[in-house]
Amino acid sequence: MKEEILEKLKTLAESAKYDVSCASSGTTRKNTPGGIGNTAGWGICHSFTEDGRCVSLLKIMLTNYCIYDCAYCINRRSNDIRRATFSVDELVELTIEFYRRNYIEGLFLSSGVINNPDYTMERMVRVVKQLRTVHRYNGYIHMKSIPGASEQLVREAGLYADRLSVNIEIPTEQNLKMLAPEKDHKSVFAPMLYIQQGMLENTEDRQKHRSAPRFAPAGQSTQMIIGATDDTDKQILNISSSMYQRPSMKRVYYSGYIPINTNDNRLPALVKPPLVRENRLYQADWLMRFYEFKVDEIVDDKFPNLDLEIDPKLAWALRHPEHFPVDINKADYAQILRIPGIGVKTAKLIVVTRRYGRLTSDSLKKMGVSLKKAQYFITCNELAAVNVNDTSPEYVRRILTEKKFAKGKDNRQQMSLMFDP
Amino acid sequence: MIIFRYDKTFDGLLTAVFDAYNRKTFPQRLIGEEELEPLFTDECYTVITDEAKSTRVWQGLRKKLLTISCNMLRYVWLSELPGSDELIFRYMRKAFDSKHSIEMNFADDDVLEMRNLAKKVDKERCRLIELVRFQKAADDIFFAPVSPDHNTLPLTLEHFTDRFADQKWIIYDTKRNYGYYYDLKTVTEMTLDSIQLFPEGKLDEKLMAEDEKLFQDLWKGYLKSMTIKERINLKLQRQHMPERYWEYLTEKQ
Repeated sequence: MKEEILEKLKTLAESAKYDVSCASSGTTRKNTPGGIGNTAGWGICHSFTEDGRCVSLLKIMLTNYCIYDCAYCINRRSNDIRRATFSVDELVELTIEFYRRNYIEGLFLSSGVINNPDYTMERMVRVVKQLRTVHRYNGYIHMKSIPGASEQLVREAGLYADRLSVNIEIPTEQNLKMLAPEKDHKSVFAPMLYIQQGMLENTEDRQKHRSAPRFAPAGQSTQMIIGATDDTDKQILNISSSMYQRPSMKRVYYSGYIPINTNDNRLPALVKPPLVRENRLYQADWLMRFYEFKVDEIVDDKFPNLDLEIDPKLAWALRHPEHFPVDINKADYAQILRIPGIGVKTAKLIVVTRRYGRLTSDSLKKMGVSLKKAQYFITCNELAAVNVNDTSPEYVRRILTEKKFAKGKDNRQQMSLMFDP
Repeated sequence: MIIFRYDKTFDGLLTAVFDAYNRKTFPQRLIGEEELEPLFTDECYTVITDEAKSTRVWQGLRKKLLTISCNMLRYVWLSELPGSDELIFRYMRKAFDSKHSIEMNFADDDVLEMRNLAKKVDKERCRLIELVRFQKAADDIFFAPVSPDHNTLPLTLEHFTDRFADQKWIIYDTKRNYGYYYDLKTVTEMTLDSIQLFPEGKLDEKLMAEDEKLFQDLWKGYLKSMTIKERINLKLQRQHMPERYWEYLTEKQ
C-alpha cells in the first residue's frame, strides 16, 4: 500500500510541475474552533527544489489521464507515460498529513480531463469540499478551473477554494489552434468571466451581510508558456495588461518552455529553456503592476521584444534620456520610481526621509540605492557627476553591460611602458 | 567615557534609560554584569532593574512612538546581536529628545540601522515559520527542533498556536536550550534535560509514530518529482534556503 501511494504521488507530481503558479498569498484566514490550519496573507514558501523554485503548496493532479492531445503538454493522450489516479480520500489524507508537519501551506489541485470538463471539475470540487466541510481545514486551496466547465461548477468551486485559475498557455488564438486543435481561447475566457462575476457578486453580498461566505478571496491567476511559439513579448505583455484591468486577476505567470515532446515538429527544437527571456518578462510584469508603467512604454511596434541584456526599466530610461536627470529632493514619487537602480521600497524611503532634510548621494547609498546604475540618472545638486545626457545612452549602456573581470583573471594585457621602436 | 552596567534584560535596559535621564548622564557603552570595564572609563554606574521605572519608560515610549516602532524595538532586542542594546538605547533617547517623530528619518544612521536589524529579525522569523518541520512522535505530539541565529522563536508562537490548534506540538530551540509546548489549550515554556533525542537532526526511529517514516519518504519523493531538471540552479536554492537550516529539514536528512 505504501509503495503504491509513493508511486502515485511521484507520477502525479511529475505531471503537475509545469504549472508554475506557486503562490499561497492573497488572503488571511484565521482558524476556527475544532478546525485545523489558517492562511497567512503574505504567502509562505516552505521549501525550495533544486531548480530554485519555491514549494508552497502540494501541487498535484487528481489524475493525469487526459482526453486531449495538446502538443505542449506532457500529459497529452498520445504520450506514453505512467498514468495514475488518486481517490478523493487518499488525496485529502495526504494533504492533511503534510499540512500537520508544516511541509505545505495548502493544496494546488489540477487534473487531466477525463470524459468531459464537467465530469472532471465535479470530482475536483469533491476533494476541496471534503477538506473544508468534513476535515474543517482552513488552510490554502488553489484549484484549477477546467476550460469548458459549466458556470455552476465554477461557482461551487469558488465557495471552497481561495484562488481559482485557468491557463491561457498559448498567447495567440491561431498558435493555440495549431498546437491544440481541440481547444480555443473562448473556453478559457469563459471560466475567467464566471470567476470575475462570482467575486463581484460576492463583494456586493458581503456589503449587505457581513457573514456571507467568501468566494475565491485570493482572486484568480493565469499562465502563458514562453518560447513554444513565435509570439512576441509585445503580444504577451498586451494580454497581461488587459488581464490586469480586471480586479479579480491577481497574477499572470510566464513559464519558460521546457522541450518535452521533442519529436513533435510543431514545437521548436530548443536546446535549453528561455530563462533569461522569462526573467525579463517578469520584470516587465512588475513594471506594469508596481512601477506605474503602461504596456506600450515597455514594448511597442519598434521594440516588440524585450532586451535580453538589460532590464526593461533601464531599457526604457536609455530610450528616453529626456526625462533625466531626476532631482532626488524635488521629484515626485512616480518620477523616482522610473530611475534605474531604485526599487519601490527605496523610492518610498526616499520620499519619507527627504522631509527631514536634504538627501545626499551618501545617504542614498545607505538607503539601498544601486548608485552604480542610478548615478547616470539622478542629481542631488552636489558636485558635478556624469549623467546620461552629458554622455550618451549608448555609452551608459556599454558601461553597465560591461562584463566584470574577476581579480587575477583579467587577461587583458597591461600596456607595457617599454616599447620597441 | 561613561558606562552603565546592567543585567542584560529588556527591563534592565529601560531602567537604564530612566536612570540616565534621572542622573542627566548618558552612557557611551552598556555592559553586562560580568564584563570588564573598557579602557578610558571615567565613571561606571550599575543599574538595578526596577519594574516601576521600566514601566514608566515603556509607557512614555508608547505615547511617543507608533505601535509598529515599539514592535520594532522588541524585534531588535531579540536579535541578540552585540551592540544592539546600545543601538536601542540611542534610538529611545532620540525618540524622547525630539519634539517631532524621528521614526521616518532614515537619513539618521541609528534609525536606519534599527529598521535594517528589525527587518533581519523579521526575515528570520518568516524563515522559521517556513522551515519548521514537525515529526510525529509515538505519543501523538508533533516535535520540531530548530536553531535560529536570533531569538525569534517567541515571535512565531501566535502563528503556530492558531494554525495547529488541534494537535499537541513542541518547538525546541537547540541553540538556546529552551522550547515551547502546546497542550491543546495553552503554550508553556520548557527545557529538555538532554537533547540526545535526535541524532542527525531527527527523531530516533523508535520514538516516531507508526506512519511517520512513510510521510517523510512521501515528502522527499514529492520534492524530487517536482524538480524540473532542465532548470537546476543549486545556487538559487541555497540563496532562498540557506544551508545552516538544513540540519533539521526533513527533505535534507
